[in-house]
Amino acid sequence: MDVVNQMQRQFVDYSTSLHREGILDDQFTQLQKLQDENSPDFVVEVASLFFEDCEKLINNMARALEQQGVDFKQVDASVHQLKGSSSSIGAVQVKNVCIAFRSFCEAQNREGCLRCLQQVTHEYSLLKNKLQTLFRLEQQILAAGGSIPVIE
Amino acid sequence: MGLKLQQSHHHHHHHSVVAVKVNEQMGTKRGYTFIQSNRAWLPKFLLLWVMVMAFLSTWIYKKMDADNKVRRKEVLSSMCDERARMLQDQFSVSVNHVHALAILISTFHYYKNPSAIDQETFAEYTARTAFERPLLSGVAYAERVVHSEREEFERQHGWTIKTMQREPSPVRDEYAPVILSQETVSYIESLDMMSGEEDRENILRARATGKAVLTSPFRLLGSHHLGVVLTFPVYKPKLPTRPTLEERIEATAGYLGGAFDVESLVENLLGQLAGNQAILVHVYDITNSSDHLIMYGHQDQDGDLALLYESKLDFGDPFRKHTMICRYHQKAPTSWTALTTAFLFFVICLLVGYILYGAAIHIVKVEDDFHEMQELKVRAEAADVAKSQFLATVSHEIRTPMNGILGMLALLLDTDLSSTQRDYAQTAQVCGKALITLINEVLDRAKIEAGKLEMETVPFDLRSILDDVLSLFSEKSRNKGVELAVFVSDKVPDMVMGDPGRFRQIVTNLVGNSVKFTERGHVIVKVHLAENTKPVDDAIAKNCLNGGSDDSVPLSGARQFKTLTGYEAADERNSWDSFKHLVSNEESPYDASINMTVAGETSQSVTLVVSVEDTGIGIPLIAQDRIFMPFMQADSSTSRNYGGTGIGLSITKCLVELMGGHISFVSRPQDGSTFSFTADFGRCKKASFSDTKKPNTEDLPSSFRLLKAMVVDGKPVRAAVTLYHLKRLGILAEVASSVKGAVSACGKNGSSCGSKIQPDIILVEKDSWLSGADGGLSLRMLDWKQNGHVFKFPKMILLATNITNAELEKAKAAGFADTIIMKPMRASMVAACLQQVLGIRKKRQAGKDTQNGSLRSLFVGKKILVVDDNMVNRRVAAGALKKFGAAVECAESGKAALKLLQIPHSYDACFMDIQMPEMDGFEATHRIRMMESQANELTNGDGTDEGLARKGEWHVPILAMTADVIHATYEKCLECGMDGYVSKPFEEENLYQEVAKFFQVKPISDS
Repeated sequence: MDVVNQMQRQFVDYSTSLHREGILDDQFTQLQKLQDENSPDFVVEVASLFFEDCEKLINNMARALEQQGVDFKQVDASVHQLKGSSSSIGAVQVKNVCIAFRSFCEAQNREGCLRCLQQVTHEYSLLKNKLQTLFRLEQQILAAGGSIPVIE
Repeated sequence: MGLKLQQSHHHHHHHSVVAVKVNEQMGTKRGYTFIQSNRAWLPKFLLLWVMVMAFLSTWIYKKMDADNKVRRKEVLSSMCDERARMLQDQFSVSVNHVHALAILISTFHYYKNPSAIDQETFAEYTARTAFERPLLSGVAYAERVVHSEREEFERQHGWTIKTMQREPSPVRDEYAPVILSQETVSYIESLDMMSGEEDRENILRARATGKAVLTSPFRLLGSHHLGVVLTFPVYKPKLPTRPTLEERIEATAGYLGGAFDVESLVENLLGQLAGNQAILVHVYDITNSSDHLIMYGHQDQDGDLALLYESKLDFGDPFRKHTMICRYHQKAPTSWTALTTAFLFFVICLLVGYILYGAAIHIVKVEDDFHEMQELKVRAEAADVAKSQFLATVSHEIRTPMNGILGMLALLLDTDLSSTQRDYAQTAQVCGKALITLINEVLDRAKIEAGKLEMETVPFDLRSILDDVLSLFSEKSRNKGVELAVFVSDKVPDMVMGDPGRFRQIVTNLVGNSVKFTERGHVIVKVHLAENTKPVDDAIAKNCLNGGSDDSVPLSGARQFKTLTGYEAADERNSWDSFKHLVSNEESPYDASINMTVAGETSQSVTLVVSVEDTGIGIPLIAQDRIFMPFMQADSSTSRNYGGTGIGLSITKCLVELMGGHISFVSRPQDGSTFSFTADFGRCKKASFSDTKKPNTEDLPSSFRLLKAMVVDGKPVRAAVTLYHLKRLGILAEVASSVKGAVSACGKNGSSCGSKIQPDIILVEKDSWLSGADGGLSLRMLDWKQNGHVFKFPKMILLATNITNAELEKAKAAGFADTIIMKPMRASMVAACLQQVLGIRKKRQAGKDTQNGSLRSLFVGKKILVVDDNMVNRRVAAGALKKFGAAVECAESGKAALKLLQIPHSYDACFMDIQMPEMDGFEATHRIRMMESQANELTNGDGTDEGLARKGEWHVPILAMTADVIHATYEKCLECGMDGYVSKPFEEENLYQEVAKFFQVKPISDS
């Protein structure tokens, strides 16, 4: 039981640190609350959808920005999508970069866009790592027979 | 097809509108007039004009001057001619007389033999006829004597022929000695006229022509006047009728001569004529054309040399030519008329030119200003657009962090908190929500200015709104030590129809102002029905008239007033004397009040009077009349000391007027101000608000019903406020003015267990407790004494605006509960405190589940379509809705949604993202609504039986999902036929509020 307790504590610490560092916000907690017996893998499912979506959008944007005459509208549409997804999942950092990204798109500033793209990629991979770690912890707890502690 | 046609037509129209607009723009750009485009030329135009006009006026002058000169010349010529003619006439008269003399001599000297004339006779005759020859100084007759006859002649007369020099004449062919002479010229007797060169020539010429001959002018011997000698030949009678030259010479008998005084002649003549002074006359002998000899006139008199006129004179001697020259005596006077005319013309033209120039300059300036203004206007409009965009952006960006704050607060509220902590957290949450409201209010302000504000009409709970407003200012007022209170009359319905946001805005504004300007005392908000306050007002007015306004009796030196805290307030109507009227009005005969409410409910609307009274610094008298003007504060120091822009009251006034009321105030400097406004609200049908529970009503716990309480407060108004809050919680309460009173009341009750209520709680106002220090002791005593008895002693709770730690300790020692109810009182806060004190614990989950549960109650069993192109968003929204018990289906585009939302609808509601590629949420909704209206027409058209059943209403509720919270988006949603909008990601309260509009609450059995 100690192991489970320890793991649970670790889980709580880890997820609060994610909140504290501003990587995730309340929305993620809300998502966690939506997960129940009817949809046990809800968070993981949403997160993997998000990752998929992100990768696709990041690739789109990178491709669009590489081209000679950059179609900023297209980039903007992608950023908008990404912003929506990230705010749905509670990825604050990604969302904040997206806000800046959009303003660069509006100004048709390619340099700024590229910089933001880099940032988004960075934030995204950071988030992905962290979330995967979190999910791993979750699974370990479940495997050990414990329950996921509710974070308030 | 028809639709397409319509669309294309629409497009066309749109284009034409655009074209017109473009034209207008071009018009404004091309709006430079002729003057404007030639502005650089204006001074040159002016110069040109001046030059042309100078030239023109010179020309006018010259023309007039020339006319004058012509006239002058004509006058001169006519005068000159007249003189010449007269001179000629006079002269010829004289010549005729001489001729007559010549004939006389010829007749009586030669024809008669012997001669009838001798010197004596001639002298006598000529002297007597001299009047006929006034111009001739004298006449003389010289006989022709040839040399052969000389001796005979000299002998006959007895003297020798002498020359002009009076010497005996030398020998010549011929002589012409004077034999007869007038007495005036007798000195020339015997002188030979032919000895003078000129006389000789004259004589020869005369006898050759047989006519009068003149000499050139010379100075006469006697008078030294200029004159001429006239010579007439006298022939012997045997001269043939057509004599030859030789015959004439042969027949010549002698010569009659006379000296003509031309100068006198002309002088006389001119003297007779008018205008003598004006002109200068010269008479010349011009026989020798190279050398004019003057006959009359002074050489030195030059006169006007520029103009002269020459008249020919004929004195009857063809050999001699004479002329008369006339001049004006003076030079031609400057023609003042011409000069003035020309000058005036020039001046007028100059002025006209200058006026035109000035006008042109002015036009240029005005046009410049106009263009500048136009540019500024365009810039201002651009700035306005930028402002709107800025506001929209800012409101959007503020929402993001605010969500974090509010979310965290919501989490915090779910944890186990002490009542104080809970109050703080709730306050923070309310304030956060107010901030979001504020953003919309900022937008509203712009709307008021544009006159586009519309009032909502929804049911709301006025009391809870007032509580919210108070909680906004609770911290501030507590820090200042100002007591903040609210009192709503029982007559005011629980729910009224109106615009809660605007109402809150008005009250917030007024309370905010009051709190800002109040350093001591209180701020109280009171709400009454308008018809109730009226009789009271009258009563007070009567009081005042009777001089009874001074009924605030000074207590122990310091004036105490019967207001909330005892400070004097500006408006006496709010003091206890009138207040108790209201309270007693309400409490007195219950039947009457019920009757009234019944009577009142028949009318559709209810007019409320809301007054906000403070004991602040008041408004200076001079500033009172401009207090509602925007950006006008009492004085400039106000904004320095208290901040603010001064726009609040003007907005408040607008809002009050939009609510069909009016706002007024009474203010006395140093005593404070009381703002009151009336507002019309609709009455709520009981049925309508019982099932549509408004989300912004906080549910007050019902667990306190039938509790009894005793309020100990020396100040009746404050006690009434406390009673009001307790009443809202369903607590029956009584007032005791002092601790002693309360104790005695309790004691009595305890012993007799009689008619009066036995309090479960005693609420003691801090002031009353401190003033009656021994009261605390006696309470303790009482406590001990009562312990032995059966009944439980009531809990004692302290009411305070602020409290020090020492006081808190003292209070605890005196037997008060740990929890202190902090002012301002709000029903929910009082409830929370009482719960803590009385140990009635709400289940922790209960609060959370209310919302969740209510959402569940809304959604359970509903089939909902979520439309969003974003996979993640879709999944999250679906997850959330499923959680609330709904069956969720998803569509990833507007088109897919259209396919799913065919009639008959199988969904209870649709959540639609706005920004989607291809077909956005607005467009999709628009199409769905069109489809529905077509279907509605069909069903309404043919099936009357079915039409009755569901009055042709195909209408699937569609809610927009958006991250924007600004009103503009909301309006667009409504325009497109959406039923509302929810924030994305979902916010439970907001979701509930929107969905509750069209979903019936279903009781949940398993909560």
